[in-house]
Amino acid sequence: MSLIDSVSRVTAPKLPRVDGLIPWIVPLAIILIWQLACVTGFVPSRVLPAPTDVALAGWKLLLSGELIKNIWVSFWRASIGFLIGGSIGFAFGLANGLSKLSSQLTDTTLQMVRNIPHLALIPLVILWFGIDESAKLFLVALGVFFPIYLNTLHGIRTVDPQLIEMGRIYGMTDGELFRRVIFPGALPSIFVGLRFALGIMWLTLIVAETIAASSGLGYMAMQAREFMLIDVVVLSILIYALLGKLADSASRALERLTLSWHPAFQKQ
Amino acid sequence: MQQALRFQPVDADPVDRSEFIEQARQLRRGSEGAARGLSLTIRDLRKSFGDNEVLRGIDLHIPAGQFVAIVGRSGCGKSTLLRLIAGLEKATAGSIAFSEEVRAQDVRVMFQEPRLLPWARVLSNVEVGLGRDRASADAQARAERALLEVGLGDKRGQWPSVLSGGQKQRVALARALVSRPRVLAFDEPLGALDALTRISMQQMLERVWRDQGFTAMLVTHDVAEAVALAERVLVIEDGRIAEDFAVDLPRPRRRGSAELAALEGTILKHLLEGSEETSDL
Ligand SMILES: Nc1ncnc2c1ncn2[C@@H]1O[C@H](COP(=O)(O)OP(=O)(O)OP(=O)(O)O)[C@@H](O)[C@H]1O
Ligand SMILES: [Mg+2]
Repeated sequence: MSLIDSVSRVTAPKLPRVDGLIPWIVPLAIILIWQLACVTGFVPSRVLPAPTDVALAGWKLLLSGELIKNIWVSFWRASIGFLIGGSIGFAFGLANGLSKLSSQLTDTTLQMVRNIPHLALIPLVILWFGIDESAKLFLVALGVFFPIYLNTLHGIRTVDPQLIEMGRIYGMTDGELFRRVIFPGALPSIFVGLRFALGIMWLTLIVAETIAASSGLGYMAMQAREFMLIDVVVLSILIYALLGKLADSASRALERLTLSWHPAFQKQ
Repeated sequence: MQQALRFQPVDADPVDRSEFIEQARQLRRGSEGAARGLSLTIRDLRKSFGDNEVLRGIDLHIPAGQFVAIVGRSGCGKSTLLRLIAGLEKATAGSIAFSEEVRAQDVRVMFQEPRLLPWARVLSNVEVGLGRDRASADAQARAERALLEVGLGDKRGQWPSVLSGGQKQRVALARALVSRPRVLAFDEPLGALDALTRISMQQMLERVWRDQGFTAMLVTHDVAEAVALAERVLVIEDGRIAEDFAVDLPRPRRRGSAELAALEGTILKHLLEGSEETSDL
C-alpha cells in the first residue's frame, strides 16, 4: 500500500508533462529535418524555404500589421459563417428529430441538397454575390450546415427510448424531457458533427479566399504566389494548420467540460 | 437513558432493539397515512397487440399493502399486465380500479434495467422520481433520505457509470421510493444481478415494503424469490390467472426452509406442466 503510494507520488507529477510533450515530438522532428534539408541545399529554397525563413517572413508581416489583419479577417469569416450555418443546421436537426411532420417536410430535400458538393457552387456564388463578404459567408455556412444537421438529427433519433419512457413515467413535461433526457443524450453525436463542421469550415474558407477575396489568409497566399514569395505561401499554410488545430482543441475542451459524465471522459 | 442501557443484561439488548424498531415502523406507517398502500381491483382485463391476444380476461383483487408476486412463462403477458396497471399501455377492454383517486406519483414502476440518466449524478437521478415536486424546496433533502434508505448515501455525487449493477438498481429503487408511492410494480428488477446481490436486494425490497406499506407487485422468473418475498403468488397462463397461491409463512423467512421449498416445488410443477401441455399441441 505504502509502496504503491510512494511510487505514484513520485511519478504522478512527472507523467502528465511527458504525456503532453509526446504529440509534439513528430512535428518538431519534421521541422528539424526540414531545416537541415534546406541548410544543406538538399532542397532548393525556390521549392521550399527553410523554417527559419518562414519564421522571418512571418515576423516581418507581423510587424507591418498585415498578418494580424488577414488572420483576423479569416477568423471573422470563419466564425460568422460557422455560427449562421451551424445554428440553422442545429435548428433543422432539432426540428426534424423531434417532429415527424417537420422531418417528412424537409428531410428528403435536405438529403438531396447534401449530395451537391458545396464547393461546386463557387461559380454560381460569385455570380450572385461577387467577391463580396457574403459570398464567403454563404459558402462556409452551407459547408457547415450539413454535418451539424445530420449529427444533431442522428443524436436525437438514437436517444435511448427506455430513458424517454422513464422520463414520461416520472411526469416530465415536453420541455423537461428535452432538457434532461433528449438533449444530453444527443450531445455526444452533436459534438461529432461540430468537429466535422470545423474541418469543413477551414477547408471552405481556404478555397473561397483563394479564388475570390481581397483580404484574408487565402488572399495573402495568392498575392504572395504572384510575387513569388514562397516563404509567405508556406507561412499561410502553416497558419491554417495551426488555426485548425486550435479549433479542434477548443471543441475537445468543450466536449470534456460537457460530457464529463461519459465513461470515455472519466480517465482516473 | 445511557445509564439504563449500560446496565442492561447483554442478551436482552437485541430483543429490545428489534421490538423498538417494530414499534417505530408501526408509528411511521401510522403517521404517514399517504404512504400506505392502495387496494386495486381488476375486472376482465384484456389486451391485444394486433391479432396477438395477450391478456384474455384477468380478474384480480389486491388488498391494500399486499405483496403479490406474479410468475408465468416468458411471453405470457406479465410485463404487459404491469404496464397496464402503471398506465403505460391502454387496455383493450376491462377495467383497473384503485381504492382511491391516484395521483401520478402514487404508482411507480421499477424495470429490469435501472434506466438512470447517465449524465445526471446519482442524487439528481433520485430527484427525477419526485415528479412534479422536483422544483420544491425540500426536493434534495427527500432525495437524500431515499438514498440513505437504500444504503447509498455516500454515492450521491457519483456518475451512474461508475456504479455496479446492484448499486444502479438501488438508485433506481430510491428514485421509485422518493415520491412515497402507494403502489409499486417491479418488473424483474433483480433479473440481471448475481445471486448474492440478488439476495441482499430481496431483503432490501422486503424491508422497504414493510417500512412503507405500499402495495407491491413483483414480476419474477425466480419462483424461489416469489415465495421468499410475497404473501401471494399468482401464476399467469393463457392470458388468465391460472393459480393463486397464498404464502402464509412468518417473516423473516428462512431461505431454503422446508415450507418454502415445498411451495416452490408446487408452483414450479404447475409451471412446467403448463409448458408441457402447450409443447404437445
Ligand atoms: N408493444 C408491443 N407490441 C406488440 N406486441 C407486444 C408488445 N408488447 C408485448 N407484446 C407481446 O405481448 C406478449 C407478452 O409480452 P410481455 O412482455 O408482457 O411478456 P412477459 O410475460 O413479460 O415475458 P418475459 O417473462 O419474457 O418478460 C409477447 O408475445 C409480446 O410479443
Ligand atoms: Mg417481461
